[in-house]
Order: sequence, then C-alpha cells, then structure tokens
Amino acid sequence: QLPPGLYKKVLVILHDSVLPYMNEPTLMMDFLTVAYGIGGAISLLALNGLFILIHQHNLEYPDFYKKLYSLLDPSIYHVKYRARFFHLTDLFLSSSHLPAYLVAAFIKRLARLALTAPPEALLMILPFICNLFRRHPACRVLVHRPGGPADMSEDPYVMEEKEPSESRALQSSLWEIQSLQNHYHPDVAKAAAVLNQSLSEMEDDISGLLELSASELFDREVKKKAVDVPLEFEQVRGLFGKKNDIFAEHFSLD
Amino acid sequence: SNPFEVKVNRQKFDILGRKTKNDVGLPGVSRSKAIKKRNQTLLKEYKEREKTNVFKDKRFGEYNTKITPEEKMIRRFTLERQQNYGKKNIYNLNEDEELTHYGQSLAEIEKLNDIVDSDSDTEERGTLSAELTAAHFGGGGGLLRKKVSSEQQDEEEEKPKSRKELIEEMIAKSKQEKQERQTRRESALELTEKLDKDWKEIQTLIAHKTPKSERKDKEAEKPKPDEYDMIVRELGFEMKAKPSERLKTEEELAKEEQARLQKLEADRLRRMRGIDEEANKKRPSHMSADDLADGFILDKDDRRLLSYKDGKINIENEEEEEEEEGEEEEEEEGEEEDNENEEESQEESAGEDEEDDPADGHSDLESDLESEGEAAENKEEKKHKANENKSQNVEKLDPKREAAKSELPYTFAVPESYETFKSLLAGRTIEQQLTILERIQKCNHPSLAVGNKAKLEKLFGFLLEYIGELATLDLPELRTIDKLVLPLYNLCQMFPEAASDSIKFILRDAAHDLEEVIEVRGRATFPGLDTLIYLKIVSLLFPTSDFWHPVVTPAFVYMSQLLTKCRITTLQDVIKGLFICCLFLEYVSLSRRFVPELINFLLGVLHISLPKNQAQGYTVVHPFTPVGKNLELLLVCDQEDLKSWEKQNVPLSIVTRLNETSRTEINHTRLSCLALCFDLIKKCAVLYESLPSFHEIMHPVRILLTQHMPINEYPEKMQEWYHSALKELENKVKHYTPLICEKKKPVPLKQYTPKIVKVLEFGKKQAGSKKEQERKQLIQRHKRELKGAIREIRKDNQYLARMQLSEIMERDAARKRKVKELLGSLATQEGEWKAMKRKKWKN
Repeated sequence: QLPPGLYKKVLVILHDSVLPYMNEPTLMMDFLTVAYGIGGAISLLALNGLFILIHQHNLEYPDFYKKLYSLLDPSIYHVKYRARFFHLTDLFLSSSHLPAYLVAAFIKRLARLALTAPPEALLMILPFICNLFRRHPACRVLVHRPGGPADMSEDPYVMEEKEPSESRALQSSLWEIQSLQNHYHPDVAKAAAVLNQSLSEMEDDISGLLELSASELFDREVKKKAVDVPLEFEQVRGLFGKKNDIFAEHFSLD
Repeated sequence: SNPFEVKVNRQKFDILGRKTKNDVGLPGVSRSKAIKKRNQTLLKEYKEREKTNVFKDKRFGEYNTKITPEEKMIRRFTLERQQNYGKKNIYNLNEDEELTHYGQSLAEIEKLNDIVDSDSDTEERGTLSAELTAAHFGGGGGLLRKKVSSEQQDEEEEKPKSRKELIEEMIAKSKQEKQERQTRRESALELTEKLDKDWKEIQTLIAHKTPKSERKDKEAEKPKPDEYDMIVRELGFEMKAKPSERLKTEEELAKEEQARLQKLEADRLRRMRGIDEEANKKRPSHMSADDLADGFILDKDDRRLLSYKDGKINIENEEEEEEEEGEEEEEEEGEEEDNENEEESQEESAGEDEEDDPADGHSDLESDLESEGEAAENKEEKKHKANENKSQNVEKLDPKREAAKSELPYTFAVPESYETFKSLLAGRTIEQQLTILERIQKCNHPSLAVGNKAKLEKLFGFLLEYIGELATLDLPELRTIDKLVLPLYNLCQMFPEAASDSIKFILRDAAHDLEEVIEVRGRATFPGLDTLIYLKIVSLLFPTSDFWHPVVTPAFVYMSQLLTKCRITTLQDVIKGLFICCLFLEYVSLSRRFVPELINFLLGVLHISLPKNQAQGYTVVHPFTPVGKNLELLLVCDQEDLKSWEKQNVPLSIVTRLNETSRTEINHTRLSCLALCFDLIKKCAVLYESLPSFHEIMHPVRILLTQHMPINEYPEKMQEWYHSALKELENKVKHYTPLICEKKKPVPLKQYTPKIVKVLEFGKKQAGSKKEQERKQLIQRHKRELKGAIREIRKDNQYLARMQLSEIMERDAARKRKVKELLGSLATQEGEWKAMKRKKWKN
C-alpha cells in the first residue's frame, strides 16, 4: 500500500527505532508479513522486523524457511542490504535442529548463486558455507561423497524448485565451490580451497566479512608489500601487439 | 718404561666404546721435555734480553741440511766467483763505466786539458816552430842539425819501439777511440733532443689542424663520390664489427632462446599456481641468465633509430646497423664533447673555419642524395648531425643553422618535473620522441652516475602520465601511445619496483575516484580512456597469470568494480565495458581463472540488445536491470542498417566523440559490439569448459541465446558469430564427479618409547640448531685454548723465577766464596804479621 521508496525507508529503521517502543509489537505483524511477501529488497528488509517478532513475541510463521529460500536470487550478492540479510540468514540457519535437507538446499543454492557474485561477496559467503557445514555435519556429503556414483551426467539439484525438500540438494555435490577454486582473486581461491580439506572444529567469524566492500578489498591488495615484482618476459610490440591479442581483433587504434 | 714414572688416571666408570687419550701420563718425561724446550727458547731470550746486536750467519746453505757438504762447497765456490767476476774490470780502460768529477766525465776533462794545453802552447808561444827558429837563428848549423834530426827520426822509426812507447801508444789509441764514441753519442743525443723540440712545436699545430685538414680532404672528395670510395668506406665500416666470440649458429641461438623461454614459462606456471608462494619467498627475478643487467636490451626488430634523408625523417628499418650505431653513438658523444670544448677555446682563432661548416653540411646533404650504400650514408648523416650540433654554439644566424637547432641533441638530462618532460616531447614526431627517450635512458644509465636510478624511475612516472594525457585528448593519440609503450617496457624491465609502485599509485587514484563518485552520486560511471589504456599497459608489463601479483591483482579488483558498479547508460559505456571484458579475458587467458563479473556483463550486454519485455528465463544482475530505462541500447531495428552492416573493428576514439557520427554509423557500431560480445562469449566458453560447473555458469547465457535472440533478423555475418558462439556453448559434455575431500593426514599416536638422538660427541650438549651448536663449540674451544695459554704462561713464569733464583744463588755463592777467600788471605796476612811481631818482640 506504500510506494517502494517509502517502504524501504520505513523498514530500514523499523527494527530498532519503532518496534522496541511499541506496546504491542505484534500489531506490526500484518504489515511485515505483507512486506515480506512483496519480494526483492523489501522482503529482505522486512526480514529483520519479522525476526524480532518471531524471536521475542512468539510469532508463528508458516513456511518461513521456504519463503527465505525463495528470497535467494542472484541479486542478493549485489544489493546494498547484503550484510544485514546474511547476518539474519546466519542467525536463522544457526539452529542445529534444522533438517539436513533444508540446510543442504540452502548451501547448494547459495553456492549456485555465488557463481555470479563479486569477490567481496564471495569472500563472505565461502566462510559462511563452511560454518553451515560445521553446524550441520550431515550436510558434508555435499563436499565428501566417497561411495557415490563415479560419474553423473546431470547435477541432481533442481534450481527452479521452490520447495527446499524437493530440490534434491543432498544428492548433489558442491561443484560450484570447486569452480570458484579457480577464481581470479587469490583470496577467494584460497577460501574456496578450504572446503577441499576436512574442516576445523572452530567456526569462522564472518561478522567482519559481512560489511566488506569492493574498495576495501582494493585497498587491502594495494597495501600488500611485494618482495619482488615479476615481469612480463614477452617483448612488447605495441599496445595491441601481443600474440593472439583479442583487442587487435575487435578494436582499432583510430 | 719405569712403572714408578707412570701416573694412571683412574676412571670412575668404565664406559664401553669410549676412547680416552689421557688414561696414562708420564709426568717426569713431559716435565723434562717442557724444560728442555724452555731452555732452548725462553732461556735464550732471557739471556739476550738486554742485547741488541745479533749474530747472523749468512753463509750459504749453512743450516740447510738437504744439501750435501760437497755440493755446498761447490755452490759457495761458484757464488764467490760470480761475485768477483765483475770487479776484475775496474782498471780496464775500454770499460763502459765512466768515472766522473763534478758531473763531468774524468776522461773528457783529461782530454780537454791535453788539447787546450797543446793549443795554448802553440798559440801562446809566439807561433814560432822549432824548424823556423832553427832556420832563422841556428845559422848554417841549422841545416846540419836538421839532417841529423831527420836521421835520428829515421833511426827512431826503424828501431823497434820500446815497451813504454808501446803502452803509451795503446793508451793514446784507446783514448782516441773513447773520445770518438763519446762525441758520437753526444751528437746523437743532441739530434734527438732537437727532434723532440721540433716535434713538440709541430705537434700543437697538428693537433689543431688535422681535423680541419681531414675535413678539407673530405670536402675535396665529396663533390664527386665515386663508387670506389664508397666501397672503401663501406668496407671500413664493416671491419668495425669485430668478432669477439665464435658466432653462434642460428640453430644454437634458437635453442638458447627456446631454453630461456622455457625457463621463464616454467617460472610463470609456478607463480600461476601460487603453490610455493610462502615456501619460496625469494623468487628468482625475471631475467635471463646471460642478461648483463646493463640496460641494453636486445630488441628484435622494433627499435627504430632516427635517420635523415634530405632533411626529412627517413623511416626505414635498419636492423643491420642498429647495434653498431648504438656503440658508435656513445663513442661519438664522448668525442663530440671533447671537440666542442676544443672548439670553444678555438672559436676566435678559427673563425674562418667555422664559416665553412654550413657549407660542409650542405655538401653532406648532397652527397647523401647520391649515395646508396647505407653504411656510408649513416656515417655521413651522423657527421652531418654532429656538425650541425656543434655549430649550435655559433651565433651567426643562417637558415641552415635554424634547422640545425631543431635537430635532436645527443645528450639529455632527465627532466626533473613533468612539465619539463612534456615540453621536451612537445612538437616532436613519434620517432623523435622515441629517440629522445632512448637517449635519455642511455645518457643516464644507472651505471654511469649514482643518482641516475632515481631519475630514471621518475621518468617512468612521467611517461605514464604523458600517456594518460595523450589518451584523454579529444582526439586520443593512440598511435603515439602504441609506440611509447616500448620505452615504457624497457624502463619497467630496469626498475620493476618503481614501475609497479607508480602503476599502483595510478590504480589507487582511479579506484578512489570511483569510490568518491559512488558515495556522492550513488552510482558510478566508467572512467576515461586513459584508465583503460593503463589497465591494458599493466597486461603488457606484468605477467597477468600469477596467482598473486602486486600490480595485477589490484587491477583485477578494480576492473571487477568497474564491471559491477558502473551504470550502463550510453553506447560508450557499453564499448568501455566490452573493452574491460576483453581485458579480463586477456588477463586470464593463460591462467584460465574464473571471472563471474565477465559472464554477468556479457549477459547484460546481450540483454540490452533485446527488445523490451521479453519473457525471462534468466536473471541479469547489477549494473543491468531486467526492467527500467537503459534497455535496448544495442537494439537495432533499422532494416537498412542491418543490411549494410560489415563487421569492423571498433575505433577506440569513439569513446570520446560518438555524438558526431551519424545514426547509421551508430547502428553499425552497435552491431559490431554485439558481434564482439558473441565472440567474447565464445572465448569464455573455450576458456571455462574445464570448470566443473561450466553449464551452470553459462546457463543464463545459453537460455538468452537460444530462446530470446531474434537471430533471424540479423545479417548473415552476425548469424555466423552467433552460431559459432552457440556451438561452443552447447557441444560440451555434461560431466559431474562427486566431490571427495582430501584425506586428512592421520595424527600420530603419542608414543612412550624413548626418543633416540644421535650422539655425535660425548659430554657435549646436543640441543639447538646446527648454527647454535657450532657457536657453542667455538666458545668452548676458545675457553680451552685460553686455559691452556694461561697455564703455559704460568709455567713460563715459574721457570723464569727458577732461573733468576739460581742466578742469584750462584752470584751469592760466588760472593761468599770470594769473601771467604779474602778473609782467609787477610787472616793469613794477620797471622804472618803477628808472627813477625812476635818474632820481633822476642828478639
């Protein structure tokens, strides 16, 4: 019933400047449920208020995890409220009483979406996934399936399925993470390679990684001190003079 | 030996396998040995403590036991003979040695005296000869006497000469000979002296004149350079390349080059995998083994030197002479400076000659026109240039001189600021700029002076800045940049650290600008062409396949930011974005690393080429939006334009001046971009086919291509691009293998068996590293030696004290004895005296 801009503004401050001062926070229930149902960034924002209601006011929300699962789409790694969203998701998935299929579906979906994520989001989501594995050891089949079939022609996981229980995530493996081990950013590649080994017991602290921005990432790289600088050994022949230069095929210097 | 002299060191415990050196001691023997040794050394020293004279025995081989006595005698005899041999000739008059008195030869003095005496005698004595006097004053008897005397003479001649006469004669002869020799020698000396003096006089003349004279010779030659001259000069040039080593055959060279490249490639692969990043911190620098690190980089064929033909720049490849020229240039520089100095001092005196110079240059030019041999030509040209450079000093204004001033000088100082650098290059052609840069590098090579390194490092920064400026011009001078990357590369090879620092600096500035724009406006725009060029230069200067690289990794992060943060609102943005996609592809072409942003962006570009409101089976991510304003940027509806389209390379300058072009051209550019996008997708597919989730990565692109692309509307060429891309996407086998973790290394159980350590030496502590052990060992050895030395000194002192005591005792005993003797004698004396007294008294 509100314009999207106003919706966002309200939802951003709702959880810590409105809800605590209300006598009957449960009155906001309908508003938040509707907002949660809208989808996109507004849903992400409504999640926070909803969480407070569920957590402190015994709100019973049917199919909460299914809704959360359907919120995951490629844009979550790119939106502004990424840190807030993943902070909450971390909280929701921290319960050890969740069924393995659900957590596996979340892991698989997050990993699949990570194939389009920028490096700063990847640096956050990889430890996040590691933490999920630590909390739910039953999901480790995703990275370690010794007795499985040698070769599969299809990924068993169904991306389009809305219902986590139907997504067959537990029969799949995390090939996405294996692909990310080839990521161009050295830190991402290293973080992805962690899943190759058996995980340590301690959970990683991701609170510092949630807010990581691209410019911070850049500054971190620039400030690194190098012992020596390797040089290109191929003799330069001009701006587009390399062997098989892609630029020479498509651009001209005029 | 005697068991009473043996002292046994009793062992407390018997240890098996231990060998002891000192279980049995012979104290008596060792003490006597020590005393003996001290008698020979310390005692001697003690006795001679106040004596300064030393007796030295210099007899040949006296203490050499290896020579038998006979041989010794023989050698001594020969030595003696040798010593005496020279001395025999003291009284030999023919000997070369001269005796002198007050610096004058004695023999000469003697002779002069003789001559003077005789001369003065004859002259002073009234000039009357004996004959005359006899004739005049002797009367008649004169004749008689004469006769007698003549007879006497005859007699004298006839009779054999006496011994005394003979000796006198001999002496006279030898003296004469000696004198002759001396005079000869003196005259020779005089002559050489004179020659020297003359030479010196001439030499100064020659030094100034020769170049001129040569030049004049040349002048005479130049008007009619015939074939023979040219060939001769050419030959002269060819001879200059001296073979220092055996020339390697082409195969060998190729093999060496191949080996070098293989090594470099292996290095690169190692860095790409990033395995030993920690283990092997000190990576070998990226230079070939036979690199002398002297800054001379052997180019293949891309280094061009400046030459002139008829006043215009002669752009020809002169591969053959390049090396020679390089050397000669430097030599000439040196010479030239010398010449210039001389000339300055000489300027006034040789004013006329100076005036000849321009004419000289002119004739050179003419001869250039005619000459065909390149070597000769070069030489002439250089001379020409050199002459003109020299004539810069001269004030007289001449059209030729004016031209000469615009010529490039040979030496350049490294500019201190960017402004001076820019003014140095301003208004020059590309080739001239290159030459200037090369000369700056050569004149200021770090091996020549201390501060040159810092200066050249600065030069790299200036050059980068200059390139950036060229790229930001309204009409970017990309051709110039294309050439300028060569000196950039060379400088980078010389100073990798400084180069990486300055490029990092530029990247940091660009990234901060981007961040600021995002903060202020909430969205970013693509940077200018200069930043794109810088990113391209990074890929030229540094290996982009490294797992981590101080320059390349920040560049990666920056490019990723550009692709994810910058809004696409115009066609220029699309082109810039595609340029960055190309950069990404080039960066990862060897390492085949996965770049999600690249795929996202290409998907987005394809998306904006579709008509609005297509059914979706895919999601585009930031910066593209599924719905909204900036859609259909690449959509072309005009049938005419679609038909007339030809695939062409996108000119980079379009980024700055798109607005001026016509609608058709814009449409064509759009189609070119689309084709470029297809090609990039194809390349991505080839690059990433080995990734396990290749199909998931490419899924949205495939759906878009197969389900939404109105491919039939596009021209045939475009359809080709499209199909080749789609083919790459589709004919990949789906292949999944379940993941298996690497096996954990089993943690070893705790063991309770004793730890066995190799014992190298008993009684030594084994702990610590090898270095620590060595240090301990050294300390211990030093301690032991110190103790031993102290003990020895103590023993020496004891010995000396003993000796002194025995001396004193001896002295005392002697004194006592003497006193006793004296007393005894006195007693007897007394006794005798008393006996005498008694006798007397009795009497």
